[in-house]
Amino acid sequence: MSHTAPNLSSKVVPASGPITMVDAIRQAMFEEMERDPAVVAIGEDIGVYGGAFKVTDGLLAKFGRERVIETPIAETAIIGAACGMSFLGLRPVAEMQFIDFIACCFNQVTNFVAKSHYLWGAPVPMVIRGPSGGGVHGGPFHSANPEMYFVHTPGLKVIYPSTPSDAKGLLKSAIRDNNPVLFFEHKYLYRRLKEEMPPGDYTVPIGKAIIRRAGRDLTIVSYAAMAHTAIEAAVELAKEGIEAEVIDLRTLLPLDKETILTSVKKTNKLLVVHEDTRTGGIAGEIAALVFEGAFEDLDGPVARVTALDTPVPYSPPLEERFLPNTEKVVAAARELAKY
Amino acid sequence: MTQSPSQATSELATSPLTRTQHLDLYYYMQLNRQLEERMVRLFRQNKIVGGLYSSLGQEAVSVGTCYALEKRDWIAPMIRNIGALLVKGVPPRDIFTQHMAKFTSPTLGKDGTSHFGDLKVRHIVSPISMLGDLIPVMTGVAMAGRYLGQNIVALTWIGDGGSSTGAFHEGLGLAASQRAPFVLIIENNQWAYSTPVSRQVPIQNLADRGAAYGIASTIVDGNDVVAVFQAARYAVGECRAGRGPRIIEVKTMRMRGHAQHDPAEYVPREMFDYWKARDPITLYEKYLSENKIWDAAAKSEIDARIERELDVEQKFAEDSPLPPPELAEEGVYCDGCHKIEADWKRAKSEVSPPKSSIDPTWRLKDLPAYTQAAIAGGNGAKNPSQSQTPAAAPASSPATQKSAAAPERIRPQPEPPATHAANAPDAVAEEPAVPRVPFGRGPKDKAFRQSPENPQNKPAYTRAPKEKSFAQNPQEKSFGKGPRQKPFGKNAQGKPFTKNPQDKQGRR
Repeated sequence: MSHTAPNLSSKVVPASGPITMVDAIRQAMFEEMERDPAVVAIGEDIGVYGGAFKVTDGLLAKFGRERVIETPIAETAIIGAACGMSFLGLRPVAEMQFIDFIACCFNQVTNFVAKSHYLWGAPVPMVIRGPSGGGVHGGPFHSANPEMYFVHTPGLKVIYPSTPSDAKGLLKSAIRDNNPVLFFEHKYLYRRLKEEMPPGDYTVPIGKAIIRRAGRDLTIVSYAAMAHTAIEAAVELAKEGIEAEVIDLRTLLPLDKETILTSVKKTNKLLVVHEDTRTGGIAGEIAALVFEGAFEDLDGPVARVTALDTPVPYSPPLEERFLPNTEKVVAAARELAKY
Repeated sequence: MTQSPSQATSELATSPLTRTQHLDLYYYMQLNRQLEERMVRLFRQNKIVGGLYSSLGQEAVSVGTCYALEKRDWIAPMIRNIGALLVKGVPPRDIFTQHMAKFTSPTLGKDGTSHFGDLKVRHIVSPISMLGDLIPVMTGVAMAGRYLGQNIVALTWIGDGGSSTGAFHEGLGLAASQRAPFVLIIENNQWAYSTPVSRQVPIQNLADRGAAYGIASTIVDGNDVVAVFQAARYAVGECRAGRGPRIIEVKTMRMRGHAQHDPAEYVPREMFDYWKARDPITLYEKYLSENKIWDAAAKSEIDARIERELDVEQKFAEDSPLPPPELAEEGVYCDGCHKIEADWKRAKSEVSPPKSSIDPTWRLKDLPAYTQAAIAGGNGAKNPSQSQTPAAAPASSPATQKSAAAPERIRPQPEPPATHAANAPDAVAEEPAVPRVPFGRGPKDKAFRQSPENPQNKPAYTRAPKEKSFAQNPQEKSFGKGPRQKPFGKNAQGKPFTKNPQDKQGRR
């Protein structure tokens, strides 16, 4: 059998320069697997094929079948096995081919993985990652933002980055964390952005939001793809003299309450933008948080721009109606700024 | 606790037990029963605040299976496996205090029943109330143990009721495909709460399900502790030797209701009578006497020891305090309270590059054998229980490539329906000969779309040019409309912001 080893450098470690979010996530996994043999990857089609979005492309060649474990189509088995592996001190990174399918293993995640440490002192150092979000005509079962099911589950941590460098730094933090971490990867962002990675072995702390744009007139809190929409809206608003401060949450659980409250105390107005559906979305939680911690500082009602309370529709005009966009954010911010 | 060192598997099934082992089995079964009888009394005194699930009549299953394991092996008990916890070395006080919700319990009062574990010393994974979830979890434990070179076996139990859950099937599928050193005891106690087995599963033996996964299985009389032990010892030995997972179905009977509140009036009286005459402890006492393994003095010595031990343990539990309320707020996250470190029994270099690096392609070793099997079905398929494929590699793969440079996926041949006819009377009918009637405008009906019958002969909906496939858009594009304007963190005007004092006037 004659065989030439595949050129890994092009797959695993992209050449220096700006890279996409897919490459950044792959780099994080590669670096963590190389650093610590306790890190293993498990999921459907993550090996030879390299994953549905090629996030794990090249890992099998480098780390072999014992560490890049291709499973049957069985999400409960994937999460259960990853959980069991973590009990022996491994740090599995489980892939949901699409994060929508995490519904198939909801029990395993919320009842077994999330509760182990609280109930019987068993830490579960695992990561569940997968592509999420809409805007790519994926239809109702390949576009969901199910993060709030898990934000409502004590014991989990929930991360939803918006940039390649954050994705890399946060995934590394997630893998090193002693708790189960859900890592949402917005598939609209996978290949649309490029960014230079900070040098060396860098991480981004879990639970810390970042101010993407400073402003004085109102605060826009958002995350993932909508963080970019919020920034675009802020640029539009600036043309009208409205200076919006944009906060990118990055981590949804635990929530960075301090950054939100500090900003609202400065701007006195709050608009929350998220791609998740409206009822039970994190906007409601943030509104309650601001009422509890900064009610006296508010000059206007807490506003929110969210997706509709429907499943994610498939056809482009329907999905466009469903999703928030820059115009909707600008309109809501304009109204809020009048107070 | 006495446990035999691992031996060649052929000896394992047949080698006789020593007297100490025989008496150990009795001790643990009787301890299990007396402990539970005491808990029934505590329950009636309202000293057990939650549920109490009895394993009366099933002691031989918990004790016989767990006694076949070694200290390094892992278990995950179900609620009726208190005997297994005792064999693993859990002191009875832990079980008393768990049920009584005391601060001294293993979970500090956060959970009850047998819902507790011990990762470091006794290797016990806590169950949750949702059935079947332990099967994939223990499969993962088995896989991790193999990966770390620990040569362990992971074992868990499931009831006849739990064998209908999705997690059961997903877990077994993964265990089989990974050839994990995992033993599943299907504890067929005839009743899933109030539903008899016959109304849950339309087959006689739950062990038969193993064949569907390529998992070797066996059936054993669950009220014969020696038979249970020997079956388990054999299965554990096979697992440890790397021959893949095993299933043992034990036939037994739940002699009480689902829990204490349930008088089990739905169980036919004759069933209780039959199984009462086959009580596992009575049967075993008779066996020990008939084989002159013990005498009356030995029995009363063990019984007295159990009473003494349980007196002390129960008193400890009763005297223990309830947890302080503020404990409810603690422990959601591990914030450095645990040191997580794998116990490596093999060189890490074996699983690190360059040693771990492989050619990541599926290969077909024997094309004629493959094509024969693909069409005929069955004959060419490898039986995982006999395969000697290295543990971590999938047993076989229905895909290949022609050369290393040009990977190619092979489309599996459709199986002729006739081969299924014998065992699948409800097999899906063949495609009807008439052409498919297009549905609506039929954008998905390729055949129709491409046929001359299609008046338009083109897709009904054309994507706008901006909606390119999202995977093919390397350029930095904006979200929504228009080009990206500014990088993060920059003011649109490029100027620092100053707060307008007018904004704040009139506040408060």
